[in-house]
Amino acid sequence: MAGSSVSVDLTQAMVTAPVAAADWLIVAPSLITMLGGSLCLMLRKNTQLQPKLGIVFLVLLVLSSAGLLVHVLNHGVITMVMGGWLPPFGIAFTVDPLGATLTLVGSIVALCAGIYGVVTVDGTGRRYGFYPFLLLLMTGVCGAFLTGDVFNLYVWFEVLLISSYGMLILGNDRIQLDGAVKYGVLNLVGTNLFLIATGLLYGIFGTLNMADIAMKVSELGNPASGTIATVAALYFLAFAMKAAAFPVNFWLPASYHTPNIVISAVFAGLLTKVGVYALIRIFVLILPESLDYMADVIGLVAILTLLTGALGALAQSELRRLLGYLVIAGIGSMLAGVAIGSNLAISGAIFYAVHSIIVMTALYMAAGVMFYMGGSYDLRRLGGLYQRSAGFAGLFLVLAFAVSGLPPFSGFWPKVMLVEAAFGDGRAWLGAAILVSGFLTTLAMGRVWIYAFWRGGPEGTPDGTGVAVSGGGAAQLGGAAPWLPMFVLTALIVYFGLQPEWMMNLSIEGAGGVLEPRGYLQSVFGEQG
Amino acid sequence: MRTIIFRTIAPYLAALMVLFSIFVLLRGHNEPGGGFIGGLIAASALAIFGIACGVASVRRAMVFHPMGVAGFGLFIGALAGILSFFTSQPFMTSQWLIFHIQDVEIALSTPLIFDIGVYLVVVGAIGSIALALEERESD
Amino acid sequence: METGVAVLIGLFFSVAVYLMLSKQLVRLLLGIAILGNAVNMLIFTNGRLTREVPPLIPPHLYTPEIATANPLPQALVLTAIVISFSFFAFLLVLAFRAYQELGTDEVNKMRVAEPDNDQSPPQGY
Repeated sequence: MAGSSVSVDLTQAMVTAPVAAADWLIVAPSLITMLGGSLCLMLRKNTQLQPKLGIVFLVLLVLSSAGLLVHVLNHGVITMVMGGWLPPFGIAFTVDPLGATLTLVGSIVALCAGIYGVVTVDGTGRRYGFYPFLLLLMTGVCGAFLTGDVFNLYVWFEVLLISSYGMLILGNDRIQLDGAVKYGVLNLVGTNLFLIATGLLYGIFGTLNMADIAMKVSELGNPASGTIATVAALYFLAFAMKAAAFPVNFWLPASYHTPNIVISAVFAGLLTKVGVYALIRIFVLILPESLDYMADVIGLVAILTLLTGALGALAQSELRRLLGYLVIAGIGSMLAGVAIGSNLAISGAIFYAVHSIIVMTALYMAAGVMFYMGGSYDLRRLGGLYQRSAGFAGLFLVLAFAVSGLPPFSGFWPKVMLVEAAFGDGRAWLGAAILVSGFLTTLAMGRVWIYAFWRGGPEGTPDGTGVAVSGGGAAQLGGAAPWLPMFVLTALIVYFGLQPEWMMNLSIEGAGGVLEPRGYLQSVFGEQG
Repeated sequence: MRTIIFRTIAPYLAALMVLFSIFVLLRGHNEPGGGFIGGLIAASALAIFGIACGVASVRRAMVFHPMGVAGFGLFIGALAGILSFFTSQPFMTSQWLIFHIQDVEIALSTPLIFDIGVYLVVVGAIGSIALALEERESD
Repeated sequence: METGVAVLIGLFFSVAVYLMLSKQLVRLLLGIAILGNAVNMLIFTNGRLTREVPPLIPPHLYTPEIATANPLPQALVLTAIVISFSFFAFLLVLAFRAYQELGTDEVNKMRVAEPDNDQSPPQGY
């Protein structure tokens, strides 16, 4: 450009109109976390300053993603292209209600984890880089939610993956290294599959912009051609791996219980949902025709995932591994929504994703508090926590109800939507699997509550005697830092349970945005789209 | 590995490689080269220096921790994209500043800052991985 | 040309899958490295293979005069190489550390996170 003697008319390829400052909200979540993460990385020796700096940037992240959601709801889908190159040539960030909602919820969860981590992550963990990695993880998560380009989605996946590796081995315990090897290998294979599918997709359409592909697919005469079917199957396998769906779920229970509890909380909340989000994006927005022949496969996988998750949870006595299986069961519900594919089902899946992000994070945080109170994660060694703190027992019960999908908490409404959609669409098996899985989850969570809270003391305590367990050598909980995030998340769960209209409308709008992508296409290509 | 020949030549070799990596970084805008490959060359210079003279002396020579270097690179890379905010252009639109000193045209641009950022990220990240591997080898 | 490369890519994939089926962590990692290269070659071939034709458009035209290789897949491959390279480096360090700590590189014997003799949860109350 500088020094080029030939004058080329660039107005056809470049954005020439000035960009409003509000549109910068599109890149703000990724940008803020990237700046904050790199600042924390430079200051990693300063363990006193790091939490403050990290939390300041996380607050900024929440504010900017809230602003982004408001902006999207007021102005419809918005697009910004990097470097001013018009799509489909430039990399576009396109934000619709679905992406903005998930970004906001993810940011809130990350902020809660940042606050919770003040207590549970000690000086060593901070020096190893908890806050930088948390912020960079959010860069990847937000980028994945907001991007409008398939290859860019791959890059954001890698960003969040490399930060998650860093978080997973924070502290370098033996058990962490073991878990990280399995997590690392399987996720890397998953991203390679994603890359293969993306390469083939580019080979077919010659473009990577999601909106552009969606348009070209709908113009294509024969949508069920072999190559597209291959691409669709590869995408499904790749994202199922990311989301820990049934046949490829084994990395999750092998690794999620190994790191610091707050890191498990963030992972359980966010990572798998990014996989589900990508699945919705690819199958509902980009390749909607492929859902016709993939729906049965996805539905079968959903049923198996629902049952594996719930049965696995029943078979565990280690609290964190039990919760890991519940993450998997939740993924099954969302996959069921994708398999049904109607407006109601996709809305249910989105609502369920929001609910699952919040409730799984809160449950892992509660497990951390239980460890501090009872000195163990093993159900055999826990007991008498009700006597220790009745309020906390009540809070745990709320979370247990929510994750099982019982009213009046946030898990109930998305399940109602999903089951109704399943029966309405003639896929009664899916609805039945969701209900059975919910029932088994209730059993698993009920057992946790009975053993850890309700009975008098750990195994071997005679009936009727109450032994108030003291934190067996574990560090004492200090201050409000671990409680505040749990209260915030539980409050959200109760609020979504009692006042579901707001969230329900938001998810219906999000589902409409991907099912009827006219707004999405217009935002990318201008009015003629 | 620590023969006298290698130990004598490694500092010079590393210095030359770092110099060459900066050359590759700067020519990268219009010709083959750039931040990533330059950073790789610099990181391998660090690795050679580490094999010859020990990891401790590399860390002393770098002054800053490799991860801190990577963080700084990421920071200026992100800042380079933000500058276009002030000209109401989309994120990462390149901004140019062209000086004329006598007859020489010097073009400074945000892509250059971004490339330097990439260079530092690669030096920091790959350097710290290489040093970690070498450190284990010695004990 | 493309056919030959396609066969080669297929070979790469089969070697990668074979190595990844191994129990030894080192072979598994080699398999992943080869898988990454297979994927990169796949994308590279996607953009058409031509000899020595630069993808330059003359000043008076808007499309190239003769068929050239599409440069975009090459850019994608560059990105993918960078990413898979750094991931491989990271996994190598991780596997080495795991070998040091766990004393084995056989995947079946790495059971610290999921112990063999895991008890079933309490049945009675």
